[in-house]
Amino acid sequence: MSAMQHLLAVGGDAAAFFRMGGYAAYVWPAYAVFFAVLVADTLAPRLRRRRILRELRGRLTRQAARERRATSVSRSP
Amino acid sequence: MSKWIPLWLHKLGSPPTFYRFAGAVRPWAMGLALLAGAIGLYGGLVLAPADYQQGDAYRIIFIHVPSAWMSMFVYAVMGVSGFMALVWRMKLAEVVAMESAPIGAAFTFITLVTGSLWGKPMWGTWWTWDARLTSELVLLFLYLGVIGLYHAFEDRRQGARAASFLAIIGVINVPIVHYSVVWWNTLHQGSTVNVFGHSKMAWDMLWPLLVMTLATKAYYAASLCRRARTDLLALEGGKDWVRQIAEAEATP
Repeated sequence: MSAMQHLLAVGGDAAAFFRMGGYAAYVWPAYAVFFAVLVADTLAPRLRRRRILRELRGRLTRQAARERRATSVSRSP
Repeated sequence: MSKWIPLWLHKLGSPPTFYRFAGAVRPWAMGLALLAGAIGLYGGLVLAPADYQQGDAYRIIFIHVPSAWMSMFVYAVMGVSGFMALVWRMKLAEVVAMESAPIGAAFTFITLVTGSLWGKPMWGTWWTWDARLTSELVLLFLYLGVIGLYHAFEDRRQGARAASFLAIIGVINVPIVHYSVVWWNTLHQGSTVNVFGHSKMAWDMLWPLLVMTLATKAYYAASLCRRARTDLLALEGGKDWVRQIAEAEATP
C-alpha cells in the first residue's frame, strides 16, 4: 500500500485512526505519557527561574534597606 | 585551564557568556524539536503502514526507541561532563552534568512506561525481569541517585562533584543496557536499527523513527539550555550580571 493510499485509508478516517487497530488503549496512553513528562520537564525550570529571580529581588531589597539603616545610624550623633 | 582549549570555548565556559549563548540556541533547538516531532509523528502515526505481526501497536516504537536512545545518550553526556567537572572543576561542566540528570530520568521513565504499554498487548505482561528491562530500570535508579546525591549537600558545588562521581561510576551501566539483548536471552527483541550497517526495518517505518530521534535530540538541547540558564542564575545569584537580569525582569 502506498503512503498516499494509506493516508486515505487511515488518516482520512479519523475514527479508524483513533482506534489504532484495536490497540488504542496502549498506543494513546504511551503518547500521553511522552508528552506529559516532556511538558512537565519544560515547565519545571521555567517556574524555578521565576522563583530564583523573585527571591533574589527580595534579598536585594532587604540588603538595600539594611544599608540605608546602617548609614542613617552612623550619621546620627 | 589547558592551552589546547581554544579561546572561544574557554570564553563559552564563563557563566554570563554561556547564559547568552544558551538563550540564543534554545528557541532554535525547540523549534527544530517541534518541527521534527510533528513530521516524525505524522510519518509514524499516519503514513507508516501497520506492522504485519503487531498491527498498530508497534507505533509506540516512534516514542519508545528514541526515548530509550536518549536515556543512554543523556547519561553519556552526564558522565563526560561529570568527568570534566571533577578533573577541571569547571562550573559549567557541573551545571551540564547536574541539569542533564532530570532530563535523562524523564526519558528513562518514558522508555519504561511506553515499553510496559507495548509489552502488555505483545508479550502479555506489563513487566518482566529480563536483562534489557532490568538494566533500564537500574539506569532510572542511577539517575535518581545522582539527583538525590546532588540535593543532599548544603553546598551545591560540593554536591555536584559528589554526584558527578556517582554518574561516572554508573556509566558502566550504559553498555550493559545496550548489549543486554546480545549477552542474555531476553524477551525484549534485539536491535532493529543499525547505525553502521543494514537496518532490519522498512523505510516507511524507519524514517519517522529517525526523524523522531532528531526531535528528541533537539528537545534535549533545548531543555538543557533552559535548565542550565536557570541553574546559572541560582549559582551566580550574587553576581552583577544576574542582578541586572533580576531587576530587568521585575514585574511592577
